[in-house]
Amino acid sequence: MTLLFQLLVNGLIVGALYGVVAMSFVLIYKASRIVNFAQGEFLLIGAWTCWWLLTHWQLPFWIGFPITLAFMLIFGVVLQIVVLRPMIGEPIISVIMVTIGLSIFFQAMMKWMFGVFAKPFPPIFGSPTMNVFGLEVQTVYVMSLAISLLIMAGFGWFFKYSRMGLAMRATAFDQQVAQSLGISVRQMFAMSWAISAMVSAVAGVTVGVVNGVSSALSFFGIKVFPAVILGGLDSVAGAVLGGLIVGVLENMAHYVDSQWLNWGNMYEIAPFYVLIVILMIKPYGLFGTKDIERV
Amino acid sequence: MANISLIPSGDFKTTYAADTTIFPTVTSRNFAILGVLILLVFPTFMDRYWLNLCIQIGYLGIAALGLNILVGFTGQISIGHAAFFGFGAFASAWLSNSFAIPVALAIPLAGVMTTAVGMLFGVPAARLKGLYLAIATLAAQYILQDFFARADWFTGGTAGTIAEPFSLFGFAFDTDERYFYVVLVYMVVMYILATNLMRTRDGRALVAVRDHYLSAEIMGINLTKYRTMSFGISAFYAGIGGALYAHYLQFVSVEGFTILFSIQFLGMIIIGGLGSIMGSLMGTAFMVLLPEVMQAFTNSLAGTAIDSALNLKDAIAFLREMSIGLVIILFLVFEPDGLAHRWKQIKAYWKLYPFAH
Repeated sequence: MTLLFQLLVNGLIVGALYGVVAMSFVLIYKASRIVNFAQGEFLLIGAWTCWWLLTHWQLPFWIGFPITLAFMLIFGVVLQIVVLRPMIGEPIISVIMVTIGLSIFFQAMMKWMFGVFAKPFPPIFGSPTMNVFGLEVQTVYVMSLAISLLIMAGFGWFFKYSRMGLAMRATAFDQQVAQSLGISVRQMFAMSWAISAMVSAVAGVTVGVVNGVSSALSFFGIKVFPAVILGGLDSVAGAVLGGLIVGVLENMAHYVDSQWLNWGNMYEIAPFYVLIVILMIKPYGLFGTKDIERV
Repeated sequence: MANISLIPSGDFKTTYAADTTIFPTVTSRNFAILGVLILLVFPTFMDRYWLNLCIQIGYLGIAALGLNILVGFTGQISIGHAAFFGFGAFASAWLSNSFAIPVALAIPLAGVMTTAVGMLFGVPAARLKGLYLAIATLAAQYILQDFFARADWFTGGTAGTIAEPFSLFGFAFDTDERYFYVVLVYMVVMYILATNLMRTRDGRALVAVRDHYLSAEIMGINLTKYRTMSFGISAFYAGIGGALYAHYLQFVSVEGFTILFSIQFLGMIIIGGLGSIMGSLMGTAFMVLLPEVMQAFTNSLAGTAIDSALNLKDAIAFLREMSIGLVIILFLVFEPDGLAHRWKQIKAYWKLYPFAH
């Protein structure tokens, strides 16, 4: 029973992180209708950059982390301008393939620059574990959950009250109308990539602090797909919920598997079965807008 | 107009039959036959290294053609092609090991088995399109990869499985020189089949589904049927390619059929040109030769300052992966129609040679 509870908590914590990554994925999709297969590499690049600043330059976390975020901001904008902007108006297959190409490119580049083995972050918190409701939980886990919730709240505020967030929503709703209202659609595209890269980097650093930084981080980018499909591709709230569900689900699958089935590897593969089933019965997810096509 | 030898400078076709010939002119047919004849004498003067590359281009080219039928001609996307390729490899090895079916028969049978699996995953494809389909096939890739690692009876589990060499009437094609001919025959047959498919009613229906699926449906084309069929055909080609791979290496391991391999297949058809049959082969050749060229380039740099600065020898594996990603991006941004388009432009230039503007 304790194991089940522990797995449930783990699932929620990991799920919250999936939710954050899924949210930044949905942000790009909503703003520019681009499915970003390189989302996992944003985590990877962010985590490696932060790691490099902290270990190579011996910067304290509170300086290194903002520099990482600033770097990711510039990175996202440059990426959008250099690679994605020429792709506007191209068929969807080409756009998907460009992001896949980016994903391979950056994954290999990170392996080349930092090696293939996981490297631990220098310790950031004083005490490694803390007591929550009688459960020994690692401090970083609690922090990661807190950071996830903070990002989600930040997103909520950003899209509801900030000028740029509103402009972004307008762009997502109808590009032509937004443009005629004086919103720079190009700027919005670039900003959506920048914000997405930054938020993913936060998630990447968080996972890096928990598990060490390695190329396994980019698998988050793949795990995001079950989450966003479950929640609906263009729903931010759906992405969060989908992330939580996938996080809990894979841990439950792991529990069922370790207790009764002994098939092995269910933790990795269960979300993909769920993905296929959702696509079969409800392809627009829980909160997604259904595409109605008119000729 | 039936037997023109050079491409005319205008369009003078008067029948549909003349518009859908396999070869546009007698000259191009003769050149194709000449090309195959030249390939026939390759093993007599080429060393093992080049033969190996040619065989790789052969079996990968068959699988890439299958993917091009799906992506380039039908407009569906698949990020799970390597999984089907792997399934074909295991299926052929399994058939010949467990049921003592001769390899020559096991290869097409493996193709048929892979078709069945492809159509199974094609069922969701019938309802989905674009990015939803991409994500569904991504799931298929991981599910099949997991299946390979799990199904000991089929794949030999993590230990892998041994595949018998190809033999016909007691003559074993077990060296590179001999196997070259097996791959060549399969490749020629599969490429002619695909060219012919595109001349038929079904082939035109596939293209119609790609160009405007709503119009196609209104014209009476059954979308579900043709989307599933396209998945089946693509899986068949992947299965044949995989089976040829299995009997060439005579050993199949579960680790090879990753998502990176799938993306390489997509890279081949993008580089070659979506919706071009010969383009699939050009793209495959490009993708197979790219790492070799890089290797040669690295070797020539050995000992220089660049080499020691970048530590090229250890980095070559990563540089290869990076170059695959980079090549895909560069082609999509600068030459989205691929090498086949470039080739057409070269031909068009010479067609009007002295008067080209």
